[in-house]
Parts: sequence; structure tokens; C-alpha cells
Amino acid sequence: MREEDRSTPASDAGAQAEPSSDARRVAALLQEYPRGDPGGLVDVLHDIQAEFRYLPEDALRQAAQHLGVPRAQLYGVASFYRGFHMSPRGEHTCTVCVGTACHVRGAPRLLEQVERDTGVAAGATAVDLSLTVEEVGCVGACALGPLVILDGEYHGHMTGERLSRLVGKLVDTEGRS
Amino acid sequence: MSVRLQDPAALTRYREDLVAARDPRQKALAVCGGTGCRALGALDVVAALRAEVAAHAAGCDVGLRATGCQGFCQGGPMLLLVPEGIVYQHVGVGDVAEIVEKTLLGGEIVERLLCTDPETDLQCVREEEIPFYQRQQRVLLRDNGLLDPTSIDASIALGGYAALARALEMGPEAVLHEIKRSGLRGRGGAGFPTGRKWEACRRAQGDLKYVICNADEGDPGAFMDDALLEGNPHGVLEGMIIGAFAMGAREGHVYVREEYPVAVERITRAIEQARGLGLLGEAILGSEFCFDVRVSRGGGAFVCGEASAMMASLEGRRGVPRRRLTHLSERGLWGRPTNLNNVETWANVPHIVLRGADWFSSIGTEGSTGTKIFSLVGKVVRTGLVEVPMGTTLREIVFGAGGGVPGGRAFKAVQTGGPSGGCLPADKLDLPVDFDTLAAEGSMMGSGGMIVMDEDTCMVDVARYFLRFLASESCGNCTSCRDGLAILRDLLGDITEGRGTRETLTLVEEIADTVEATSLCALGTSAVNPVLSTLRYFRDEYLAHVDDKHCPAGVCKALISFTIDAERCNGCALCAVHCPKGAVVGEKKRPHAITQELCIKCGICKDVCRRDAVLVH
Repeated sequence: MREEDRSTPASDAGAQAEPSSDARRVAALLQEYPRGDPGGLVDVLHDIQAEFRYLPEDALRQAAQHLGVPRAQLYGVASFYRGFHMSPRGEHTCTVCVGTACHVRGAPRLLEQVERDTGVAAGATAVDLSLTVEEVGCVGACALGPLVILDGEYHGHMTGERLSRLVGKLVDTEGRS
Repeated sequence: MSVRLQDPAALTRYREDLVAARDPRQKALAVCGGTGCRALGALDVVAALRAEVAAHAAGCDVGLRATGCQGFCQGGPMLLLVPEGIVYQHVGVGDVAEIVEKTLLGGEIVERLLCTDPETDLQCVREEEIPFYQRQQRVLLRDNGLLDPTSIDASIALGGYAALARALEMGPEAVLHEIKRSGLRGRGGAGFPTGRKWEACRRAQGDLKYVICNADEGDPGAFMDDALLEGNPHGVLEGMIIGAFAMGAREGHVYVREEYPVAVERITRAIEQARGLGLLGEAILGSEFCFDVRVSRGGGAFVCGEASAMMASLEGRRGVPRRRLTHLSERGLWGRPTNLNNVETWANVPHIVLRGADWFSSIGTEGSTGTKIFSLVGKVVRTGLVEVPMGTTLREIVFGAGGGVPGGRAFKAVQTGGPSGGCLPADKLDLPVDFDTLAAEGSMMGSGGMIVMDEDTCMVDVARYFLRFLASESCGNCTSCRDGLAILRDLLGDITEGRGTRETLTLVEEIADTVEATSLCALGTSAVNPVLSTLRYFRDEYLAHVDDKHCPAGVCKALISFTIDAERCNGCALCAVHCPKGAVVGEKKRPHAITQELCIKCGICKDVCRRDAVLVH
């Protein structure tokens, strides 16, 4: 949460002032959606997240106003779905598939290994924002299980040894654990 | 360039022109671009083929396309050569030059890229010779290998939208009648008769009705809907348009899981293309029928696969199921009559309209007609998508198409129906798979996920896995599901961690009964299937955990220990190098040993050992 200020530098300067560049980015996204129609809410959240890689509070406020829904409802929706993130994400993402096919082929051990190597727990982001570790429940590439996704790239038939090497290339894991 | 097809005859002419412009002998290279093959580098293969063809076969008229999932994920990346029907497997960038030179230009087979039938040791040149495909009847998946899924022309040339034209001629009542007569039942898992659902929506009062395509394929281990949307988006869309026509719906939604970005892209493009040709939008094919579709992405909530939860999500609310005092066919999305079907259900519709209800109901069993796509995954030799007639036995799917369990391990169970299903043991393998039979045995066919488990899979751990998944996916609306599943998850945790007793098992069964009896939606009522079915068929394994504090499969960490067999260990020290805790000790070239106090049971030593010297007790 302490990183919020970084991405919304002008947010506290007062709503009447010149809109910040972030606010303009959000406004541009919202233009695609009719005012006062909550039907597009989940898609709006996706678009905001695609832009900022998480859902900044100010952006949610803007979206609630545009769609004509109470902020509480918007927050309720955003926090209900697993796919939305309320705090800044790491520069790199390591996603371990924990679908059933990957589970029976040893996914839990891979996840433990990433956690051990990086010191970042599943669902969390490193303090220096270098890495986010997360689980996903099946991406439909079951033939390749166990599968790990590093920055969007799929790596199948993963072994602990290879995973350590790949993650080590992304972030400096020395002295983390 | 853009033409609007003014009537069904214009569509027929459009198709005839496309077909006439194509030489049936034209060679084409169809690289499987399904999720699995893409992850194995299929798109690099496509790029390399493009460059190689441009450099060496410039005069040769060759089509090149990345198709949707061709089903045989185990052989990925797969390459299909048309029109000969030659199949190459595990194609890498390094094989491309040889394929172009030998096969494309020289008409020779590159033998090392062929699949081998493990039973006969014979090499298989064509799809129909490969054991994985031989057991199948591919109605829905057939076109996946033949189509460029980004081209509506490719789809129309193969007969796409002919069923829509036919439906417009038949009229809505006749279409509805045909669907009812076909016996088609919902492929999402519940198996509700599609025709009856459509009829209720058609009869419902209201000038604005909706149809929804449920592509929120959340069952871990199931990816047939993804394959259909990615591989043949026009087939699914055509089904929806026909359904909307039969029910009098004006608007449609495709609700796609956010984990399937390619599916989102493909169906979005398909909708734009169909709109461009006048197959979607105002006055479809010159008729009075108007219908349009938009795509919505899910937010990553399993419960949104439930119809009323999905509608809440589409309305911009939390995906919480609601009590259905009136049917969704009367009061669904925005309180209006709505029909929701699964991707695979919609994909069946054009086939039924074109080939007739009699043809469709001749496939499968009396109560479950047509084919069903299963995703065969886990501890199985040939992983992939298998489309077979309903009523095919588990054995034919797992051992016939799938080739059984790899590595000489023993088959233990097959998990069917996703988190709502159950685990069936070896003596149930001769059961026919359809909507009704597996349910009677404590599992279900569900949406078609089939996860094969071998002797190294702990069934208590599997039950705990599903409870963990479902407890975190419970929307929290019903106390019994929200709290009951969390308690069950913790009790299973107790058992796998050595704190369980016989009383724990009794308590698990009691709570499971309560959750099943008092939850509102199917997530809760069926959530107990994995635990109840494993208790029913693998009780011995539970008893070993609670009585002997022993995990027979060697999975549950608290109950196992790793040791090194001094006879087999040659002191290579590979395990010592990789052990994250420095728990492996020993002199070089001498047998090593594991310091139990330091061991965290991560299993890395066992993975890296080349002499199978690390033992699990």
C-alpha cells in the first residue's frame, strides 16, 4: 500500500486541480464504456488493471463515478474476484499452475521451492517490487504439467532444478531465503 | 472488400466462390497452435516454416496456418500436412528445413518425426493410424485441425454458417423441435436437456431476451471449451446465433475465463467478422432476425460458472449465486428471459441442425446422445483431448486412447467431473461414461475433465487439494459452504499431517452430509464428492493415515521420511549439491546419508538422483 503514492503522485493535490496523467489514462479507458451502465464493470476493472498492472484506488474512484455505482459495490466486486489486485505488483511474475493435473505431477513442491528460493510467499510481492509469486488453478496446458508461467511465458514439464535456474535469471535470489 | 450477405443464397454463392478458388490438392502445413503446443514453441515453428518456405519453396503453392488445438497434446508441437494427412509430432525449429525439403518438395516421409504405436511398434503416418485418434469419433474437434481459426472464409469454405441458413429456412419452432428430438443435454456438467431449456426461454414473456455462452471453464484439468473457442470460434458463435433465433433472443454474451486470453481474442475477432458479413447484427442474412453478441471476461472466480452467479457478474456485481424462485429462462440477466449454455453445447447445435436429430441421437446412449470431449490428463501416457461417443467406457478412454499409466506404475484412480466429481478406482473402469452412470457411483461426468492417478498419488491429499480449492472459491453466501468447507479442509489437513483419528473420519462424513444438504448452489452441494468418493473407495488409505500415521503413496510430508539406500548410492553428491538445507552428508564416492533433523522433505534429492537411491518411507 505504501507504493500507492508512486503511481498516483497528484492524487492528493485536490480534485479540482489539473487531472493527473494517471487520471487522464483512466478517463481514456472509461470512454469506451457508456456512462451510468454498471454492466461493463468487470471489463472496466480488467482494462484498468491492464494499464496499471493493479487497481489503484483513485482509478477505482473514477470508475465508480463513471459507471454510476457506489464505491462500496465497486470495491466489493474488485475484491471478490481472484484476478484483480489491489496493491502494486512485482516487475516480474512467477505463476505456478496448481490445477489438478499439475498437482498430481508435483506442483506443490515447485511452489514451495519458489517460495524458498525467493522468500516471497504465494500471493505476495517482494518488498522491492521485483517479483510477485502466485498460484493459478489450471491454464489448460495440462499435457505440460507441472507448468510454471514466468512473465507470461509458459514453461512445461518443470523440475525443481530448472525452476531455480529460471527464477534466478529473473531476480537476484541470493541471500533472499 | 466487405460484402454483406443479403440472403441464404448469397451465402451459398460466397461459399462456392471460396471453394472454387481453392485447389483441393493445394498443400498446407497446419501447425497445432493450441495452448499446449504454443507453450512448446509451436509459434516459433510456424515462423521458421514461413521463412523456409519463402526461401526454398517459393514457387510451390503452400498454405501455412496455426490451427486450434488438434487434441494430441502429448505429441506437441504437432504438424499436420494437408492433403496427405501426414502427422508429425514433437516438431522443433531444427526440423523445419528437413520437412520442407523432404516432405513438402520431395514427397518423402521424415520417419523420426512420426508417432509410433507402442503396442505394435509400427510407425503411424496418418492421423487415422495413431492409436490416440483411432478410438475417437471427432465431430466437434474435427475442424480444429483443418481451420485457420482467425479466418471466417476458412470456416465458411468448410460449411460454416450453412446450419444458420438452414435454421432460418426451418423457422424457430422447427429448430427447437429438432434440438429437443436430438436429446442434446448440457455439456457444462449438469446435463439438463437443452431443448427443454430453450423451449422455456422461447415461451417466456418479454421483448428482450438474452443468450449466454458459458466459457468460464473453471474445472482444473479441463480445457475442451478453450480448445473449441480457440480452434473453431465460428462454430460456437453459429450455435449461439441459431439458439437466439429459436428462442427469439436479441442479445448475447460470451463469458470467457480471463485465464484464456487467446480464446477471448479469437471469439472477439469471429464476432467482428460475422458482423461484417451480415451473419450477426441487424437483419441476419436478409431476414427479420436481429442478434448481436459481446464478449465479457471473467474475473477469476470459479463460482461464476454457476448460471445465476455468471449473470450477477455480467451485471457488474459480485458473482454470488441467487435462489431461483423463478427459472432463469423467465427472469435471468437484468431480470429478463435468459438462456445459458456451455461452449460445447453451443458447438453441437450447428451439427444437429445440418445433419438432423436422428443422426445425432444415433451416437451415444439412449439417455446421453452425441459425443463428448474429455480432457485426459495427469498420470497418463497420451495426454490430450479425446472426443468419443457418450457411453464409451472409462477403460477405453484411459487405456485405449490414453495408453494407460506411464513408467510401469499401477493405475489407482481416475478423477472425473472436476472439483464437483469424484475419484473412481480400477474396478469401475468398465463403467460407460455418460450423464447418469457415474453419478450413481458417487462421481459425475461433469464437463469432461479426467485426471488419471497412479500409485504415487495419495487419495487423501487429492481430497484435501479439492477442499482447499473449493473452500477458497466458495462465494461465502451460505454458512454451510463457507464454513463447512473450511472445516473439512482443516480436518483433511489434520489427517495428512498425522493428527487424525477415527473420530476425525466420522466428523468429516457428518459435516460433508450437512454441507451437501444445506448449500444453495452446486458448488456447495457437490463440493463433498471428492472427499466422500475417496472415503468410499480408498478408505484403507485414510485408515493408514489415521491408524498407522503412514502415507502409502509417500506424499504427505508429515508422515514420510527420506533416506538413502547405501547399496545404490555411488556418492556422486548430486543430492548434496542440490539440497537446500545441507541435510545430505557424506564423503565423495562414498554412500551419502540424510540428516533427518535438517530435512524439510522437499524431495529434490529424489528428483536429482540418477540411481534411484533416495527412498521414501
